[in-house]
Amino acid sequence: MNIHVKQDEAAKECRLDDMKQGILGRDVSRPDGLPKVTGTAPYAAEYKIDGCLEGVIVTSTIVKGEVTNIDASSVLDMPGVEAVIDDPRLTARAAQGTAGEAPAQPARKVGYFGQPVAVVVARTFEEARDAAKHLKIEYRVEDDAIVDPEEADAEAQGDGTKMGDLAEAMNSARHSVDVVITTEGHNSAPMEPHAAIAEWDGDKLTVHASLQMLNYNISELADSLDLDEEKIRLIARYVGGGFGSKLGVSEETVAACVAAMELQRPVRVVMSRQQVFQCVMRRSETRQRLRLAADEDGKLIGFGHEARVSNLPGEEFAEPVLQSSEFLYRGENRLLELEVARIHRMTAGSVRAPGEAVGMPALEAAMDMLAEKVGIDPVELRLRNIPERHPAKDLPFTDHSLAECLTKGAEAFGWDKGPRKPMQKREGEWWIGTGMASAARVHNVSEAKARVTLKADGTALVETDMTDIGTGTYAILTQLAGEMLGLPVDKVLVDLGDTNHPRGPGSGGSWGAASIGSAVFVACEAVRKQVAEKAGVSENELSLSDGRVMNGATLTDLLDGADISAEGHYEPGAISEDYTASGFGAFFAEVRVNRYTGETRVNRMLGSFGFGRVLNAKTARSQCLGGVTWSIGLALTEGLKFDPRDGHLANCDLAEYHVPVNRDVPEVEILLLDGRDPLASAIQAKGVGELGMCGGAAAIANAIYNACGARVLDYPMTPDRVIAAMPENA
Amino acid sequence: MTETITVNETEYPIPADPRVSLLDFLRQHVGLTGTKKGCDHGQCGACTVLVNGMRINSCLSLAVMHGGDSVTTIEGLGNPENPSALQKAFVEHDGYQCGYCTPGQVCSATAMLQEIDNGWPSDASESLEGEVELTADEIRERMSGNLCRCGAYPNIVAAIRDAAKEDAA
Ligand code: FES
Ligand code: FES
Repeated sequence: MNIHVKQDEAAKECRLDDMKQGILGRDVSRPDGLPKVTGTAPYAAEYKIDGCLEGVIVTSTIVKGEVTNIDASSVLDMPGVEAVIDDPRLTARAAQGTAGEAPAQPARKVGYFGQPVAVVVARTFEEARDAAKHLKIEYRVEDDAIVDPEEADAEAQGDGTKMGDLAEAMNSARHSVDVVITTEGHNSAPMEPHAAIAEWDGDKLTVHASLQMLNYNISELADSLDLDEEKIRLIARYVGGGFGSKLGVSEETVAACVAAMELQRPVRVVMSRQQVFQCVMRRSETRQRLRLAADEDGKLIGFGHEARVSNLPGEEFAEPVLQSSEFLYRGENRLLELEVARIHRMTAGSVRAPGEAVGMPALEAAMDMLAEKVGIDPVELRLRNIPERHPAKDLPFTDHSLAECLTKGAEAFGWDKGPRKPMQKREGEWWIGTGMASAARVHNVSEAKARVTLKADGTALVETDMTDIGTGTYAILTQLAGEMLGLPVDKVLVDLGDTNHPRGPGSGGSWGAASIGSAVFVACEAVRKQVAEKAGVSENELSLSDGRVMNGATLTDLLDGADISAEGHYEPGAISEDYTASGFGAFFAEVRVNRYTGETRVNRMLGSFGFGRVLNAKTARSQCLGGVTWSIGLALTEGLKFDPRDGHLANCDLAEYHVPVNRDVPEVEILLLDGRDPLASAIQAKGVGELGMCGGAAAIANAIYNACGARVLDYPMTPDRVIAAMPENA
Repeated sequence: MTETITVNETEYPIPADPRVSLLDFLRQHVGLTGTKKGCDHGQCGACTVLVNGMRINSCLSLAVMHGGDSVTTIEGLGNPENPSALQKAFVEHDGYQCGYCTPGQVCSATAMLQEIDNGWPSDASESLEGEVELTADEIRERMSGNLCRCGAYPNIVAAIRDAAKEDAA
């Protein structure tokens, strides 16, 4: 049985709230927990497949041009070497998220330093790695490559937003801020490097890969290989983090498939950590100009946010820096413009919270500067500028929790209300200060399908190709199905990450939970109807808990040997155009800054977040903790460093690109403001996977300023930058 | 020279290829993939195992150097039916998300608690002498060689504190 629900109206009443099992929203531990903590959960590269060969990717040593010769004979005599794969189907870049088609091919056409150009296959990893280092490659170099975004021509991205006259508003405003803030590039750096094992039986491909969006990846792979989708099965049951870098199919997966098809043997290709940095996705660096014009009370009359980002020629993706600036604050004179410089660095694409991750830290630092000029509390400044409706599109908002997040967060943190002055508290060498920022992340939902089977033995099975990349999909789908069907968590099995199952939306853009959750919900409703029929009651009257129907009969008795199955198909409908939907939040941070070294340590942080229904308090909190951790990295340590001569990435590993370590992350308090957003999805939930890093870095920037008076305008705020910005009298 | 490495109490022959790292030996030759490869350069801690009771990054060591050694991997600490106190605490406190750094975290924490018991000081210790108190900062400092990109750190600290308490009780 299939059931299709298109959400053309608000899900005002949601059956979830009438259910009796009492597990949804609770802090249930993940069903995938024990396999993970005992090392028994298999990730992409870890399937034991007989006779599996090892492939190692060889990357370009030029920036732009063409491979003219790959001399396979230079390595074919080396021990264990089976083949050099040099094939027009090899991809030169990773696919962008939701592309659904092949990324740039062939690999022989080079567009950036470190681009994959060939694969060496050998019996063992050691043999393949050695041969890969010895492979002789000749190039025709084109020396006109521009690698510095500031030197490149830029093109406007879309029409932007222009309303009223911002320049005039800035002139006439009582208070104004006009500032340029920059952010450096970022790498997703999931702990599991990109990996795939491909098996080809002469007709069909079975591929274990580390990917976020199988539903799109299968099309990207099919298109890359010129193969029918029906001939491919993609499996990704455990994914060791993605953060955007595994949205689109990347080079190792295509390479493993091409090699397996050519050699008629299973082939594994795993990227080295350096390759993950060099040839998957970077978040673009940004240069942002913020113009804020306010009246004497701090009410915005003008709002300007212009940003310059970069990408390779031919890539459609442009870091959507202005995404939440479009609607977060009022201001009738508006100018928002995004431009993309075309340069030859590796592909720019989605890295956790594309857009807001870097746009919000810039905006929220500028807001802090405005609060100081107006002479009011920065929380108060935000509260005064929350618009009634989308300021440019004049659309109403769905559930809007910014004010609540700000006030509840401030209270829980013990925020000192009132106008603020820097350099008020010092302990030894350390200046201490606090700062805050708003959080916002647009809400997305997507079409999704899932099958739910209530089995005759009184258990339930949920099947979809949706992935769990650490986000908690296994947990929340277990809870949703258990809640709807009246089963405890240990009676529900969730089977994910297999394209043989109904197709979900994949994990990305924080849309996974709300979308696939809605599909599972819809399927469960259909299953319930059939159970109700059997029980001789209406669905409304049907009460299920702990495997029993309300009158005490067990589900097993009622089912009498027969399974009940339904495939739920959820689609966003007309309302998605009629409203502006976003998750909101607020960050508060206390830092200490060393007067002499410029080192910043975060003493404590708090984040309060509103994103509709909380599906699992434990995993939602973890998502927020992850976001706050990324905020700390973005604020203080993370930045890609490119060689200005050839655009090669100089810090392409975890020793030089500094993600936060345990000691960089202090006590972090997370407030989850459980709510309901009937316009956001069938289950009244929004995404939370990215919200936790959309603005947090500004809370730290503002705290640094409050501590020592250093207003650092370039992220990350490394010690050298803090020292340079520190006032004389600090 | 001893020709075998003991892994979780079973002996395995040392691989013929001297380039094989202890990590790849465990993953490819022994078939224990619980030990993860995150960087292969000693930068992430995902490959942490215990060698004769001490934690090391197995990617930074060659298998041939470990003849006669006794290696304990995550699989040797517990299994889904019988998890160790730390493994249970990681599940309870959600001390992981994607799970890829997790075996390394658990192995590292196991050895780290022993190091504290032994009274080894760290940068976070009040003094170089005497007993070390298991504060949150001690845990953070001593676990900083194990990166978690998912950002589960506060939960990892909570899990370790909890498991240590249980051990002491
Ligand atoms: S894999 Fe050994 S430290 Fe990263
Ligand atoms: S749980 Fe994903 S890296 Fe730690």
